[in-house]
Formats: sequence, structure tokens, C-alpha cells
Amino acid sequence: MAEETRPAPARAGGRANTKKELPEHFKAYKHVWVAVEIEHGEVHSVSFELLGEGRKLADKRGVELAAVVMGDDREALGAAASACFEYGADCVYIACDPALRHYRNETSTRVLTDLVNTYQPEILLLGATNLGRDLAGSVATTLKTGLTADSTELAIDEEGSLAATRPTFGGSLLCTIFTLNFRPQMATVRPRVMAMPERCEGRTGRIVEFAPQIVEEEVVTKVLSFIADRDSDKAALPYADVVVAGGLGLGSAENFRLVRELAEVLGAEYGGSRPLVQKGWITADRQIGQTGKTIRPKLYIAAGISGAIQHRVGVEGADVIVAINTDPAAPIFEFAHLGIVADAVTLLPALTQAFARRLRVNKMAS
Amino acid sequence: MHIVVCIKQVPDSAQIRVHPVTNTIMRQGVPTIINPYDLFALEEALRLKDRFGASVTALCMGPPTASESLRKALTFGADRAVLLTDRYFAGSDTLATSYALSMALTRIGADYGTPEIVFTGKQTIDGDTAQVGPGIASRLGLNQLTYISRIVETDLDAGRITVERRAETGTQVLETRLPVLVTMLEATNTMRRGTVEQALSAARAEIVTWNAADVGIEDLTKCGLRGSPTIVKKVFAPTARTDKAEIVSNEGSAETRANALIDALFARAPGVEDDLYARAVHHYV
Repeated sequence: MAEETRPAPARAGGRANTKKELPEHFKAYKHVWVAVEIEHGEVHSVSFELLGEGRKLADKRGVELAAVVMGDDREALGAAASACFEYGADCVYIACDPALRHYRNETSTRVLTDLVNTYQPEILLLGATNLGRDLAGSVATTLKTGLTADSTELAIDEEGSLAATRPTFGGSLLCTIFTLNFRPQMATVRPRVMAMPERCEGRTGRIVEFAPQIVEEEVVTKVLSFIADRDSDKAALPYADVVVAGGLGLGSAENFRLVRELAEVLGAEYGGSRPLVQKGWITADRQIGQTGKTIRPKLYIAAGISGAIQHRVGVEGADVIVAINTDPAAPIFEFAHLGIVADAVTLLPALTQAFARRLRVNKMAS
Repeated sequence: MHIVVCIKQVPDSAQIRVHPVTNTIMRQGVPTIINPYDLFALEEALRLKDRFGASVTALCMGPPTASESLRKALTFGADRAVLLTDRYFAGSDTLATSYALSMALTRIGADYGTPEIVFTGKQTIDGDTAQVGPGIASRLGLNQLTYISRIVETDLDAGRITVERRAETGTQVLETRLPVLVTMLEATNTMRRGTVEQALSAARAEIVTWNAADVGIEDLTKCGLRGSPTIVKKVFAPTARTDKAEIVSNEGSAETRANALIDALFARAPGVEDDLYARAVHHYV
């Protein structure tokens, strides 16, 4: 991804790389790969979403779709491989080694670059998670190839190259990026951007074992411990299906409980805009927007939030945005789907009660 | 102890406008700021300076005007500012950027002492890639620590550092050997206000300015557009949403309005209705 996306220098600079003649040693590179993300035995859903997308790319190219799974637990890796086949992989590379117990940049970069150099895929996809971005950046630099971060659309162009489209400048522009003269063509995709593919029970494929041969004593970085979020009070905003958030329109720290109460009834996560963190009404891990969390819920309710661009870029991926604000000219109404011009402090308790009653009635009826 | 903080000067996103015809970013008159994520890195470096008496160098690659951001970094308390600027860097993607920065870091190491820690923000607000940090680490062979929420311990004598790293479902506590590259997670600290003395000395300070040749780059094909494996073929504005928010009537009691809002929500998104029911069943069991 070009750091400077001004098209002007791009045109003026000679475009040495646009020449579409792939160097000879890259011509053998074939097949589409997904580097599967496994944390504590569980496959991250983004990996299955990528397999769904990778399947389309592989079919378009007439090549194989492969998954790479890394870890230390043979059984868990076998289960992950089966799931990958059912989500569309033709082949799964399994790297099993005690040193791969936890994700570490050092070990995973080595194994993945070794695999790429050995089996030579033309496309390599990873999730744009903290793990995937950490790994992709190192692997791409080690391989000296191109990497497009946070792609929102992947396609194969008429010449057979990967066209990765991504937002830039906080979403105000989109650009389509190619890696023409290097292999593999790499891209990351955020969770919940691509649709989850259908799981085809019993579908199976070829397994290739890869022995990493890592000597733990030679690995510099050690994982001392892991504190799972479920064991702490950390907000899980990025993966929440329903999110309720408040802004300065709530008037006081005390009133923020109205947001929490609605969230409680909806089984939702809660958060707030940046000023609330600055005022100390909420903790920083609940800040939604640029320099905070990006959310992609099915339903987002914003109460007393004006909707500045910094907030907008963090919530635009929501399926439905409901805005409550006293100011009919507030920017939030520009991108919300549904809105009401009302004081959040009086409306929220009524909304909480109404939801509670309606959802409970339905539960008793079902 | 020597710490380098890599910062980027970015356009203030709140002011960004896209030209309706040419689809280019309209930069004229748009104020620039230090990438907000980099401030968390700078503050963390300054805290280590407070504790260990480290010297802090701010490094920025960009046009000559990026010296403004470096001067700002000096007002916060950085000791030295280095601007890496050359027209050959124009159009650099993340691979070419990490190359140029790693060459500058090597010269910084030679001139001012090898840094134990290179800090940067987790990503920028304009490019949003989070790739330059890992790129620098890879090129210089630094141990890579990304998305760090806390520096638990720095043991300079033993040459070790312990940090908390934000993983997808929890927090990893990692220990590794210096030198390291750290990308700081957002909202991990609050940038201090610089002192008046710092502001005064920053205004007078010399910004060390280097071009490609100064940092030992001989092969210019590794720089800028020519050194970038990625090619931006198309830039376009997202399809603007034409439908404004459906506004629910604000008449009647709060209860009436709340129900009207829920009716409108369920009418618009039946899937959400089903989903909430499913969740509620789970919730009330």
C-alpha cells in the first residue's frame, strides 16, 4: 500500500513496476493460500471467511486453495485442518512443533516464509487481526514482496493478477492495489468483512506435513503468560454483534449507566466516544472510533454522540446504525440508518424498558 | 540508553475532503498533525527517559514541511529530531518506506549510539497499514513487539524487556532481548504537556536533515515508487450513501417514541429482530 496515495506522483514517477512481465523465477508460483489463525486451539473465524474468498480466487485462477495451520497440538491441528477442508481448502499444510504453542512473530515468520519459499504460492491471505498484521508485515518484508492491508474487496483482474481494494485516509478514498512483479501477492482482510462460507460437512483434501525444526532455546522471545479476556473485564467490542454507545449528550458520568442498562437488556457490549474517555466516564478500552476500537456489529445504537469523522470511521461497518441526538443537524444523522431527534437521557430508559418487555414477551411466546 | 521514536506527519483526518471530480485528496489548506498513534509511542519513550535518563531521538520521513511535526516532538521532550527527506522517496509504499527508515536508523545508530528501543505507533491514520513497524524490525533484525499495551519491565543491565501485548482474545506477556521495535497500542498513556523551556528550545533547535545519500542509500531503485512492489492502479471515492437516516417521529411520551423507534428498527432490519430475540432467550434463561 502506497504511503502517499496521491495519484499525481504515481503518474509522474515513471511507474517502473507496472510493466507486466513477471520475473522468470516467480513464474512457478501457483495456488492461493490462507495462513490460518489459531489462538489457544481455536481457529479464528476470519480464517474461514478468507477460505471462502480464497476459494473464489482459486477457481478464477484455476488453481488449488491451500490453508496453513501452525501449532503444537497435533489433535487440534488435525481438527483445524478438517474444518479448513469443509470451508473450501483443497490442501492443508500442517506445521506442528512445541515452539509453535503460542503465536510469536519470530517463529511464525520463519515457518511461514519457509513454507512460501518451498511451495511457492502466488497469493497469500491473512486476517487483518493483531496477529495477522504482525505476521504479514514481517513475512512480506522478509520476502520483499507487496502487501495490501485491510482489503475490503479481492478480485482477479483480466490478466490474472490479484486486485486488492482497500479504504485509505480513514475511509474517504478507496484504492485498488496490485503486486505485479513480485510473489506471492499478499493481502490482509479484517474480520467480518467477507461473508462466512457455507460449511460442507465431510469435504476433505490433501494434508502436507511440514517439519519446522525450531530449537526453542534459540528463540529469543518467550511467552511468560496469557491473560484471556474472558478472565478479565476487558471489552470485546470488535467482535460484538450488538453495541450501545454514549457520548457527551448524556450530560454526566452518572447518566452513562443508561447506556449500560440498555446494553444489559440487549446482551450487548457498550462503549463511548473519545471525549468520554478524556473525561474519565469510561475506560480507554471502550473507546469507539479512530484511535479507539473499530466495530462491525449487526446493530449499533449511538446515544448522544454527534458523529464526528473520527467516530464515523470506527462504526461505519455496522449493518444498522441507530442514532439518538437532540441536534437534528448532528453529523451522525448523515450516516445513521435510523434516527430520532430526542434527548438520550429521557429516551434511553424508555427504550430499555420497551426492549425488555418486547423481548421477554416473545421469549414466553416461543 | 538511546531511544528512537518514528513519527509520521499526517493530514488531520477531520479536515480531509475528496475532490468530487478528480477523486484526489484535497490537501491544500488541510492542517497536518503528528499521527495520533505515534504520540502514544513518543510518550512511552519519554517515560523511559524520565526513568532511565535515556536520550530520545524523533525520526520522521516526509516532505520538508514535516519538520513542523519534529519540532512539536521536541516541545514534548524529545532530545533530537531527524528529518529524512528526498524527492526519491515520493510514492514509497510500506516496503520502500521501511527500507529508507531502516537506513536512517542505521545512520542514527552510528552517529548517536545504537538505540535499545525503536518505538512507533501501531499504524498511521492516513495509510492505516500497520506494516512499517514490522518492516523496520525485519530489516534491522530487531525483536518485534507490536500492539504493546504496557511495558512491564526494562532491565538495561540484562538487556531484557518484558511487555504486555494485545492479542486477539487476551493479553500476552512477552519477554525478549533488546534491541527491540515496539509499536504502542492506542490509549495506553496520555501525552504530557511540554514545558515552556522545552517549547523555547524546540523553536531554536536544529532539525537534522538527511537525504537518501546521507543515509547511505546508493541503489535508488529501492526507494519511492520504483522500490515499491505494490502499485496503486485506481483511486476512487466510495459510493456516497444517498439515503439519509430515516427519522422517527419525536411525538408522544418517551414510551411511545421508544416503541416507534423499535418498530422502525424491526421493520427495516428483520434480521436484527430475530437476532435480538435469540439473544434475549439466551439472556433470560
